[in-house]
Amino acid sequence: MYKYDEIDQRIVDERVAQYRDQTRRYLAGELSEDEFRPLRLQNGLYIQRHAPMLRIAVPYGLLSSKQLRKLGDIASQYDKAYGHFSTRQNMQLNWPLLEDVPDILAELATVQMHAIQTSGNCIRNITTDQFAGVAPDEVVDPRAMAEVIRQWSTFHPEFALLPRKFKIAVSGTQHDRAVVQVHDIGMEFYLDANNQVAIKVWVGGGLGRTPILGSVIREHLEWQHALTYCEAIVRVYNLHGRRDNAYKARIKILVKALGIDEFKRQVEDEWSHLKDAPNTITEAELARVSKHFESMPYETLPQHDASFDAAIASNPAFSTWAKRSLHAHKTSGYRAVTLSLKPHGQAPGDATTEQMHIVADLADQYSFGELRVSHEQNLILADVKLSDLFAVWQKARAHGLASPNIGLLSDIICCPGGDFCSLANAKSIPIAMAIQMQFDNLDYLHDIGEIDLNISGCMNACGHHHVGHIGILGIDKDGSEWYQVSIGGNQGNDASIGSVIGPSFSADEMPHVVQKLIDVYIQERNTEERFIDTVRRLGVAPFKAHVYADKSIAKNEVAA
Amino acid sequence: MSNLIQLTNGKAHISDDAWVLVKLPASQVEARKQAGKVVLFKLTGEKTVTDEQVATTAIPANGKLIVPLSVFIARKAELLSRINKNEVGVWLDTHEVLLSLIENQADLNALPIIVVHVERFADGRIFSIGTLLRTRYGFKNELRAIGDVLRDQLFFLKRSGFTSFAIRADRNAVEAMASLSDFSAPYQGAVDEAQPAFRRYNRIA
Repeated sequence: MYKYDEIDQRIVDERVAQYRDQTRRYLAGELSEDEFRPLRLQNGLYIQRHAPMLRIAVPYGLLSSKQLRKLGDIASQYDKAYGHFSTRQNMQLNWPLLEDVPDILAELATVQMHAIQTSGNCIRNITTDQFAGVAPDEVVDPRAMAEVIRQWSTFHPEFALLPRKFKIAVSGTQHDRAVVQVHDIGMEFYLDANNQVAIKVWVGGGLGRTPILGSVIREHLEWQHALTYCEAIVRVYNLHGRRDNAYKARIKILVKALGIDEFKRQVEDEWSHLKDAPNTITEAELARVSKHFESMPYETLPQHDASFDAAIASNPAFSTWAKRSLHAHKTSGYRAVTLSLKPHGQAPGDATTEQMHIVADLADQYSFGELRVSHEQNLILADVKLSDLFAVWQKARAHGLASPNIGLLSDIICCPGGDFCSLANAKSIPIAMAIQMQFDNLDYLHDIGEIDLNISGCMNACGHHHVGHIGILGIDKDGSEWYQVSIGGNQGNDASIGSVIGPSFSADEMPHVVQKLIDVYIQERNTEERFIDTVRRLGVAPFKAHVYADKSIAKNEVAA
Repeated sequence: MSNLIQLTNGKAHISDDAWVLVKLPASQVEARKQAGKVVLFKLTGEKTVTDEQVATTAIPANGKLIVPLSVFIARKAELLSRINKNEVGVWLDTHEVLLSLIENQADLNALPIIVVHVERFADGRIFSIGTLLRTRYGFKNELRAIGDVLRDQLFFLKRSGFTSFAIRADRNAVEAMASLSDFSAPYQGAVDEAQPAFRRYNRIA
């Protein structure tokens, strides 16, 4: 993974000093609330219901064991000994003290970490596929470019105060796992007809209050121009994006208002002046950064391992876990492993200090000292030998990290919701837990098969509810919490936004509503059909009819 | 004491202001200032300042003046002799269309100073306006930020090509100067240093 040189280290060290002084001035009354807000937000610090929340950057989801250990230590020293992994592949602390944040940042800087631009109206953490570099369907490893973009976007002076937040995702696989179509800019790397790395650029996608898939602004961009082309896009947005209404301030609203053709015309006009400017990426720079992402020193191994095969054959629990938690690897004899942060009945994405230390140990022992955070809020060991998997499973299971539910109904994506977040209209974690308890039978979960259930506590959509096969959105109606249900959303190459099935439900009703949706699916599905396939084939109507047919479900009149 | 920070050869110092800022009279009509509408300004040419405001703006007979962009465009004939004596600068708001200045003043460097007024410090349009003036339109003289100009935006303003900063009156400009050098080795190329770190340093993997 990328290791800081003296330049990188100097920037985070100077950031710590800058933020320490900003905090001091705020506490001394030299900065007003309004003036301090964008400063602390651009350092990931929210003021929340119970305490501030600090979001720590995990660039494109990649962590070393040393960094994860430090995160665990920080959670124990400055918080309640746990952290929350978010859908932006970052980690959040729910209970730090505002006064402690400069010290936390100083601790992070010792392991080449920071909280720069993890919130606020600026370019946020660059995200990508959690299997980057090891996925068999990978065409271009996007991590070096993600790092080049990270450096470019860090304290970019022209884009320090945008109309609204700005998210960039990159991917280089046949099957998109980075959800590039729902980002402000999505970059899909591919090899063009001349076998050169090129980029298909999407713009104006996003979730939130107005969910929309991005439009292609350029089918073919040579990689050297990635930064200057982004500059052209963000400049048009910075100058013309709305600043009067936060709900209409994202780039997607501007793209929609102008139309993609006019927006593209303006961007291309800007770019005609920026093309080949000094920010054009050099071969030497890409080569330098790429060196940090070279292949691990893999052993030459056969496709099969006798001890692994024997364990699968003799141990049903291991076999069940393996079926859900192992992912194909481009190198023979290796697998990527998802360690679940979704045990039934616990807040999805949470990890204790102890668990962080355990995962760090597992990474050191079995996966070259590195790991990843997925946007599904799990942790990944990317490079484990087949012969080591049984040992990994045993240790993970002993520490609650081996729920065999990856990709299944109870592997819920969930934002912190009303329990923690001051933006939320409704709680989300208790809904996730209630659904997990409703579907606590593992055989049944496996029979239901692959399904994404995503929950957001408000329309800011941190839980990505629009692209869940089943999406649940918490809404506020006259001071009480209700839940709106949509089905048919999907992430990936054939991404889609879900359709709301009808009036919303109370928290108590939610497990039954999900149950009813599943009942329709089980009854109607064809062989090998996933939930999303059945929804796409039949439409929303039969699901809606069954859910609302039951008179015991009290209807709420909130309109879709 | 003056609250004006000025950069001379990259060095910051407090200096007295030699310029008089000419303001528009208040309008009876609420001007549209928001960015969403700026799309309209650009496509439709909708005005942000009324003709009456422009006509009734009082221009002092003597001294070095910074006049509003709308006044500069509409009453240029009146100002011509003073422009030729380098006694006229222009100021614009962040929601105004920069291109209208360029279209009406082919030689920007005949203006000794251009000033951008930022109403709220969080309005980052000022950074793009500064960048465009320097890189696209080749403006070489003093570029000043006025309005809600606060310490924590100075580093970005400097990198976007601004060379003077009128710190908001209730803040300490001397203390604010420190933030001009918050970072010593920025990653990306920008106005003040066009070369990105990967071209400035020999970075070895």
